[in-house]
Amino acid sequence: MTVTETAASAVRSALETDHIESHLNPPASYGLADHPVPTGREEVWRFTPIKRLRGILDGEASAATLKRETTLPEGVTLSAISAEEAVALGELAPNERPAALAAANADGALLLDIPAETVLAEPVVIRLTGATVDDLVWSRLIYRVGAHAEVTVVLVHEGSARYSAISTFLVGDGAKVNVLSLQDWADDAVHLGRDAIRVGRDASVKHTSISFGGDLVRMHANVEYAGPGGEAELLGLYFADEGQHLEHRLFADHNAPKTKSHVLYKGALQGKGAHTVWIGNVLIRKVAEGIETYEENRNLVLTDGCQADSVPNLEIETGEIEGAGHASATARFDDEQLFYLRSRGVSEKEAQRLVVHGFFNDLIRKVDIPMVEEKLLATVEAELAKNVLKDELA
Amino acid sequence: MSTLEIKDLHVQVQTEDGPKEILKGVTLTIKDGETHAIMGPNGSGKSTLAYSIAGHPRYEITGGTVTLDGEDVLAMSVDERARAGLFLAMQYPVEVPGVSVANFLRTAKTAIDGEAPKLRTWVKDVNAVLDRMNLDPTFSQRSVNEGFSGGEKKRHEIAQLDLLDPKVAILDETDSGLDIDALKVVSDGVNRFRERDGKGVLLITHYTRILRYIKPDHVHVFVAGRVAESGGPELAEELEANGYERFLTAAV
Ligand SMILES: Nc1ncnc2c1ncn2[C@@H]1O[C@H](COP(=O)(O)OP(=O)(O)O)[C@@H](O)[C@H]1O
Ligand SMILES: [Mg+2]
Repeated sequence: MTVTETAASAVRSALETDHIESHLNPPASYGLADHPVPTGREEVWRFTPIKRLRGILDGEASAATLKRETTLPEGVTLSAISAEEAVALGELAPNERPAALAAANADGALLLDIPAETVLAEPVVIRLTGATVDDLVWSRLIYRVGAHAEVTVVLVHEGSARYSAISTFLVGDGAKVNVLSLQDWADDAVHLGRDAIRVGRDASVKHTSISFGGDLVRMHANVEYAGPGGEAELLGLYFADEGQHLEHRLFADHNAPKTKSHVLYKGALQGKGAHTVWIGNVLIRKVAEGIETYEENRNLVLTDGCQADSVPNLEIETGEIEGAGHASATARFDDEQLFYLRSRGVSEKEAQRLVVHGFFNDLIRKVDIPMVEEKLLATVEAELAKNVLKDELA
Repeated sequence: MSTLEIKDLHVQVQTEDGPKEILKGVTLTIKDGETHAIMGPNGSGKSTLAYSIAGHPRYEITGGTVTLDGEDVLAMSVDERARAGLFLAMQYPVEVPGVSVANFLRTAKTAIDGEAPKLRTWVKDVNAVLDRMNLDPTFSQRSVNEGFSGGEKKRHEIAQLDLLDPKVAILDETDSGLDIDALKVVSDGVNRFRERDGKGVLLITHYTRILRYIKPDHVHVFVAGRVAESGGPELAEELEANGYERFLTAAV
């Protein structure tokens, strides 16, 4: 793959390092005054087209909700709790305005409770469907996974809405959690999501964010550790079409020793004005000795007129680490790969299709949720049909 | 019936210092069932010839013709050439991450034949070919050329030759970098292909070693972008004894 953007990324990464205080570890707070309405020039907002947030940042009150269908295996409960209870449970406070607004405007919170030592064969499924982009929806969710539980949670977003959500995953000691958030919105939806995960001692968490639909999607996945030995794997897959803005912001806060974070996000872009943003922030605090972190973002640009911004950012406050690294690359189709495939009789379109599937393949396998795997392959195929394979199907 | 005819082929590449002519008038005819060896020193333009016939976009044809059974190869796209019956075993096969050998082979076979192979016989065929090439059955689950050893890459190329069954095969230094066992496996594969009716082979090599296992009908010495001398197998023996020296001085 030809690397075309590494130099640009390196420059950006150097720029962002100057502002570490302002964004790598922004003070969390419920106070709206601590999160002023952004102008778009702020470090954390400069990639986001603020106008297309359709007024979410104004924070209007709204009682609209998304339709919710759930599959709750035995032992798992979903219940309404008050805002105070959410805080008392240990909710991770908002680190930016949309999340703070969601906390302030949602009517209490929902608690998905998975008791200690629950081992589920089937995933918990929460399917949220929006009726129309005219609906402004605030949401506040807490996922509590008890010690040594082993669960998979699949969250699906469909339909349309202007949706701002603050979610917290409290993962107990020794638990194994696999969470997937699928943004499969209609074309006009706007979604601002903040997922924050607190990884218990020796617990392991896999969090996957998959964004296909929506006009503008901006997701945070933040990780911190409640004790040593925790592991987090943050995965992401996105496919941006004409005019779509898909932004994923990661923050791994190594605040405990012997913890691990592995980040892998892969995206494809096609069509005029397709824009993706990936910000991978990793902070290794002084106490965090013997940790391991690796983050990687790869983008495949399928047509002209797309933009992929990719900014890895590693801040290290201790020298005693096992390993730390990052990689970021944005590339177009590799001529040599296409030539090789075509020299075996495969048409150009089919060769491109193979390369794109190949590009996402390792990631889709890592997600490791069979019920989602086929859907992901089919969606990648459907996305390809919109552009790369268009002439062939016409 | 298959005849590959190359006439007065001129090819250039774009370099930082402008266009550079690499092939300076290559003429060569491979008739029905013939095996031709092209031997030449490094940098003489052997791979350029192979890539130009296969249609690699980097090589610009500035003159001459290439036909396969009378059809204008140069007017065809890369994949059309393959579907017309040309196959290039590459000197440096390309990695395609995330695409399994099994998927790759099935997709290529479907493209070449214009229909998907029958599932049951296909799996058997693939396994038999992998076995003959001394490749593990789990090989088909690996990503194409990713992490393959040099020998595995070359054996995988010949496995494709066997399965895709072209009319004319161009083998670009398939023997380079192989130990003697792998060389035998690869040569056996090529010889099995040659036993089929009317298959043409253009065997490009730097060394005479492989010609002990694959007997060419014609040998061409390739120097500085053209055929310097053509002859029978005895020409290879002369090269084995004396090297390229005589031809290099003649070319200067
Ligand atoms: N893409 C290219 N750009 C510049 N020079 C090239 C390119 N491809 C080949 N050449 C040059 O053309 C000559 C022939 O190369 P090649 O066909 O690879 O020779 P061989 O296969 O006989 O070793 C060499 O001098 C090589 O440096
Ligand atoms: Mg060569």
